[in-house]
Amino acid sequence: MFEEVGTTTEGDLMINVGPQHPSTHGVLHLVITLRGETIIKVEPHLGYIHRSIEKMCESLSYRQFIYVTSRMDYLSSHINNHGCALCVEKGLQIEIPERAKVIRVLMDELTRLASHQLWWGAMAMDVGALTPFFHAFRERETINEIMEETCGARLTMNYMVPGGVMYDLHPNFQKRVKDFITLFKSKIDEYDEMVTGNVIFQNRMKDVGFISKEDAISYGCTGPTARASDVSCDIRKLFPYEVYDKLDFHEITATDGDCFARYMVRVQEMRQSLSIVEQLIDIIPEGDFQAKTKAVLKLPKGEFYSRVETARGEFGVYIISEGGTTPYRIKFRSPGFSNLSALDHMARGHKIGDLVAIMGTLDLVIPDIDR
Amino acid sequence: MFLKKYISDIFNAVKSLLIGMRRTGYYFTHRKEIITQQYPDVKQILPERFRGEVIMLHDENNEHACTGCTACELACPNGTIKIITKFDVTPEGKKKKALDTFIYHLELCTMCNLCIEACPTDAIKMAQNFEHSVYDRSQLTKKLNKPGSKIREGVE
Ligand code: SF4
Ligand code: SF4
Repeated sequence: MFEEVGTTTEGDLMINVGPQHPSTHGVLHLVITLRGETIIKVEPHLGYIHRSIEKMCESLSYRQFIYVTSRMDYLSSHINNHGCALCVEKGLQIEIPERAKVIRVLMDELTRLASHQLWWGAMAMDVGALTPFFHAFRERETINEIMEETCGARLTMNYMVPGGVMYDLHPNFQKRVKDFITLFKSKIDEYDEMVTGNVIFQNRMKDVGFISKEDAISYGCTGPTARASDVSCDIRKLFPYEVYDKLDFHEITATDGDCFARYMVRVQEMRQSLSIVEQLIDIIPEGDFQAKTKAVLKLPKGEFYSRVETARGEFGVYIISEGGTTPYRIKFRSPGFSNLSALDHMARGHKIGDLVAIMGTLDLVIPDIDR
Repeated sequence: MFLKKYISDIFNAVKSLLIGMRRTGYYFTHRKEIITQQYPDVKQILPERFRGEVIMLHDENNEHACTGCTACELACPNGTIKIITKFDVTPEGKKKKALDTFIYHLELCTMCNLCIEACPTDAIKMAQNFEHSVYDRSQLTKKLNKPGSKIREGVE
């Protein structure tokens, strides 16, 4: 493939974007075929950050493998850990305490908010607005501080363990989260004022990168990418885990399927996550934060699958156990990989300048795609 | 018709730009709301749970609580901890397993906290120091038990 880079036989131009490029948000390598300025084909080349995480997990015990998954989709590390913990609990057939469930959901939603905030800043930066990036980071810092205080880390928390969570909430947690809710409610309007209503921004996003409902399903898109094309795929609604079935929140969908629809779905999801946090913060039940588990976990022979909704879509964990202390095989279904595969379909026929906008709305995290 | 749309487009763009710039102006005049930290000069106090590195707790008599049980070594996912044990002779003349050296490879540690959770006697904990850069990699391999330290009386 690489020898052909240059002019192809029909006079089309092939150019490389990445693997080190600011707009690819990581080491993603795209080989783009251009006719004039129009995109004919986009071909993602992966493997630059492949760490064989699935293989590594086979040699780690059921307690140990969870920390590695924080390093996949590092912006949803809590939710990845959650998916793994759920799968191990399914195998062990243990019920976790009510308090742990609520803590987990709270942490998941705060992570989703932090992830969407970062995406929002990066998205605006991709289409040329630099200031929103700093605004988004300012609010994200508040969440990071909450995480730092309760979980001990800012990005790779390893807070969810089989049976519950690693330690109890910090005494300041409730107060700080309430402060954050008040703060962010006004800031999210500021976000809308600054970026969403901007005519230049809308012109760059509307009618760009369209994908139909059928195509979104056949590419296996999940998360906000698919919901913007009117595919109802929120795991929190379809296969509720923990306390999501008792909560009052909406699954956000849009029908346009273009970049602006994907943008709007994520911005509205921030409001939904905020409302979930608001509902739960006052009713955290008392009790244990961890169920009693054995020191060495052994899953019975069999196959286990669990899924959670990360900020990017459906994250699945598939464990095959032979009855020992380590998994026989682990497979992760990462949302980014399927979403990236639709990039070619979305970008065809658009100008090369639009590619960055389309990529921005997919919210790609490359270590999640490559693992 | 075309000209009218052209002019109204320009007008709308300038208008939405000004709405956005109003925010910038607001922060320009409200400098208290800017949260930049003057990092190396002013250091932030990190929360107690923050994971920076693993340390072993010693009291004033230079005694620690580690029995050399290697539970932390087994819990660690990436071989960061190496426990070397020795045999102490108790006053009754019996041989007793004790800690000789606690080797900690900071460069391998992922701050996952699993070793701390595994320790039955709470001999180790996480410290808040995060500035770990050194010029030589060998400086990152640390010996956590202090020279001459021994196990506290009564810890089993
Ligand atoms: S924090 Fe994790 S990686 Fe570091 S020594 Fe402890 S168990 Fe090993
Ligand atoms: S630090 Fe704790 S777990 Fe590790 S050897 Fe010592 S007593 Fe055992």
